[in-house]
Amino acid sequence: MALALQQLINGLTLGAVYGLIAIGYTMVYGIIGMINFAHGDIYMVSAFIAVTAFTLLATFGISSIPLSLLLVLLVAVLFTSVYGWTVERIAYRPLRGSSRLAPLISAIGMSIFLQNMVQLTQGARVKPIAPVLVGGIDLLTIDGFTVRLAYSQILIVFVTVALMAGFTWLITRTSFGRQQRSCEQDRTMTALLGINVDRTISLTFMLGAALAAVAGVMVTVYYGVVDFYIGFVAGIKAFTAAVLGGIGSLPGAMLGGLLIGLIEAFWAAYLSAEYKDVATFSILILVLMFRPSGLLGRPEVEKV
Amino acid sequence: MTTLVLAHQGISPAERLKDAAAVSFVALLLGIPMIGLTTVDQGGALRIATRWPMLFAFVAACFAGRLLLRYGLDHWRLRKLAREQAVAAAGARSLATSPLLTWIGWGALGVSLVLPIVFSDNRYVVDTATTVLIYVMLGWGLNVVVGLAGLLDLGYVAFYAVGAYTYGVLATQLGWTFWQALPVAGLMAATFGVILGWPTLRLRGDYLAIVTLGFGEIIRVILVNWTELSGGPNGISSIPRPSFFGLPFKPPGDDPTFASFFGLEYSPNQRIIFLYYLILALALLTNLFVSRMRKLPIGRAWEAMREDEIACKAMGINARNVKLSAFAIGAMLGGFAGVFFAARQGFISPESFTFNESAIILAIVVLGGMGSQLGVVLASLVLVLLPELGRDFAEYRMLIFGAAMILIMVWKPGGILSHREPTLRYLGGGKQ
Amino acid sequence: MSAASPLLSVERLTMRFGGLLAIDDLSLDVAARQITGVIGPNGAGKTTFFNCLTGFYKPTIGSIRLNHPQRGVMRLEELASHQVARTAQVVRTFQNIRLFPKMTVLENLIVAQHNALQHASRFSLAGIFALPGYRRAEQAAMDKAVGWLKRLNLIDKADTAAGDLPYGMQRRIEIARALCVDPLLLCLDEPAAGLNPRESAELNELLKHLARDEGIAILLIEHDMSVVMNVSDHICVLNYGRKIAEGAPLQIQRDPNVIKAYLGEEDADEELHPEAVQP
Repeated sequence: MALALQQLINGLTLGAVYGLIAIGYTMVYGIIGMINFAHGDIYMVSAFIAVTAFTLLATFGISSIPLSLLLVLLVAVLFTSVYGWTVERIAYRPLRGSSRLAPLISAIGMSIFLQNMVQLTQGARVKPIAPVLVGGIDLLTIDGFTVRLAYSQILIVFVTVALMAGFTWLITRTSFGRQQRSCEQDRTMTALLGINVDRTISLTFMLGAALAAVAGVMVTVYYGVVDFYIGFVAGIKAFTAAVLGGIGSLPGAMLGGLLIGLIEAFWAAYLSAEYKDVATFSILILVLMFRPSGLLGRPEVEKV
Repeated sequence: MTTLVLAHQGISPAERLKDAAAVSFVALLLGIPMIGLTTVDQGGALRIATRWPMLFAFVAACFAGRLLLRYGLDHWRLRKLAREQAVAAAGARSLATSPLLTWIGWGALGVSLVLPIVFSDNRYVVDTATTVLIYVMLGWGLNVVVGLAGLLDLGYVAFYAVGAYTYGVLATQLGWTFWQALPVAGLMAATFGVILGWPTLRLRGDYLAIVTLGFGEIIRVILVNWTELSGGPNGISSIPRPSFFGLPFKPPGDDPTFASFFGLEYSPNQRIIFLYYLILALALLTNLFVSRMRKLPIGRAWEAMREDEIACKAMGINARNVKLSAFAIGAMLGGFAGVFFAARQGFISPESFTFNESAIILAIVVLGGMGSQLGVVLASLVLVLLPELGRDFAEYRMLIFGAAMILIMVWKPGGILSHREPTLRYLGGGKQ
Repeated sequence: MSAASPLLSVERLTMRFGGLLAIDDLSLDVAARQITGVIGPNGAGKTTFFNCLTGFYKPTIGSIRLNHPQRGVMRLEELASHQVARTAQVVRTFQNIRLFPKMTVLENLIVAQHNALQHASRFSLAGIFALPGYRRAEQAAMDKAVGWLKRLNLIDKADTAAGDLPYGMQRRIEIARALCVDPLLLCLDEPAAGLNPRESAELNELLKHLARDEGIAILLIEHDMSVVMNVSDHICVLNYGRKIAEGAPLQIQRDPNVIKAYLGEEDADEELHPEAVQP
């Protein structure tokens, strides 16, 4: 019981992070109909930026936790969005309207490039940072097992909920949100209405990258270690989350993220920690087989 | 939304500079957190290290590069436009084979046949050439799936692993020989191809890609954790080497060996050379097989499927079966290569079968020009020889390949050698 | 309608996409060896009807029965799209041409004979070793393809990549490719779209020839009235998914419902500039 509660907390934390990354996949899929394979690596880049920023702040002697968190978030979001923009500009925009295989391959090329670029410039070794947010609240103890809610977990859930609220507002209430949604429906028509489609797509990539950056900072705070390979697995899991929730659906991405986080946490605790990644992949395959439109997505009609 | 070709014509030098400055500014933003700053481990804690000169060089290179690129592109586009108009005026482009490519192909075959004779006592050269040939064979195998059938498989290494481990397990636990295990391992890999393909081939291309990626990881995770079968992270060692029709490559002993049977003096290089010719034969067989398949109904259906799946269905072609056959045959060829890999190394572990390996094989197929047999050879040569040139090249290899994949897709999506030879012709007697 | 049992009988066909009723209770018979025109304004459900017929969509309600001379009565709505072409021999073309653009014209036509050739190649084994049986089958496929290419005046372009050819030619190639599947019923989706008057006239002759001499029944979606009225034996008019009229061309031209709904207020634009509609 205590273990289950603990895993519930851990799973929700993990799920929040997956959800944030999944939104990037789902938004890009919605607007240009392709999987941004490099998205997981964007998240990885942001984690490295966070490590550098935390170290830099420590060098300057800034020790206030809220201040340093805020600064790091800001810096990571800023620089990572530039990465998101560049990725779209270089690897995807020139390929719009070409065969379906070409953008996929260039996306994979981008993913390989980013991974190796970080490995070369930042080193292949695992980077441990000094703990940023330590401690937590002991909720209850059953049979000697203490259920603990770490402050970092509270932070992650809090930030995610706040971001989701802001993000929903952005998509449903603002003019950018309307442009974004109209691009999803019909790009040609949107362009005919005088809306700059290229800019809207660029902004979508930047937004996705910004959310991935928040996820990257959160993970850095939570685990305290980062390496150049984290984008690969997190990317696939977040993608699974997006598919499970229904690709193209924003609430779906968040829901999918939470479900994947919970499944992973419980699977690792009760079944087998070694095979937890296999569990995610199996879910991905099962969802694609039996409910390709996901939990909250609309079914696609094949155009003939 | 598509960039107008003529829009770049009358661009002034000031505008060019402004454009290059904008690019450098983005480069600066990208470079600050990755190149300008880094963290180094100092006594267990991280410390900031700066590399401002390198950042400056990077930004300057981007500025100059953008200026040159923009200038070159404008000229190239104009010329391309003129050329296309000329071609359009002269009628549709011809599909004639370039005789040069044919000659290069035959030349490469000749070189590969005499290479171990020329370098018979240079173990390093023969070994490297063997590695090249493994990648050539893997590239040709994956080419069936990606190049011909147009299915993006990101987990190809899984089939390579299945082949290698099938041989490893059969040989070390049941005492099977190389030649007994080879067909079984191929079949095993093909079966895995079908098992993976069955549920996923209904999916859109990009879903298929990510599912195959996941599948590759599943296989690797199973290999790491199923210790009883696969030896876990330690892998399987002392896998027997292939023999020459039952004659082992050993120092002379009681039983006849290769050297004693042919009355040669024993040399360890004999096995290296034998392995080289073995993979050469396997690779050439693969090539013959794939070229022949391409001219059969099934091969044409693969290509038609790549071109337009809906039209295929309207012609009465069972899309699922056609895709499955491409998957199974691609997997089988990967499995054969895996058996050879296990036999050559004598040792296999999950580390040889990571996603990185899949990415390398995919890069070979993409850079070589999807569907082109000779392109795969050239790409494999570059890929294997690049790291041999020096440590720097080894480190930058995947970086360069990632960048090259993007560039090729943007510049020439068909790959460098993207010429397509028709599978049969009307002119010239009707057949082939 | 002829008294003999029709080749194809569609009964109470309904296709619903969410709230949209694309086809509403459509019943229609298609006679063998005849050309049946299906006309109607853009968005009337014509292409959706073809998609239901050829297995690309599963109809919400209704039955589509084909009276196959060798195989008996077949329920098309239960077959997958490739089975419709392969076993029921109902073959279609597409409104927005779907060729295999990088393959040559000849290859396009050979791919259409995939099933026969694949059978002859015995899981590719006979094919790999080029056994005589397979070689004969290949030659036969080649002869059939070349035959149609000659008939449709395409033989000069046999070895050219299909995607490199002009639009009107691509339309003809798509018809030639469909003919290589040996259709009992050929469903043509706007074959005259984008053709010039001369090409259009040639198409008329071809369609008549196919129906009279080759015995192929044709279902024809077309906006070009010069084609439809000229070649059709029978015409069915759709509007908003419903059948509003049916009969011989002359009858249709005089039908007040059709004039009101389709030809409208003497709006000749519809006739002269058929627009492409999305399925």
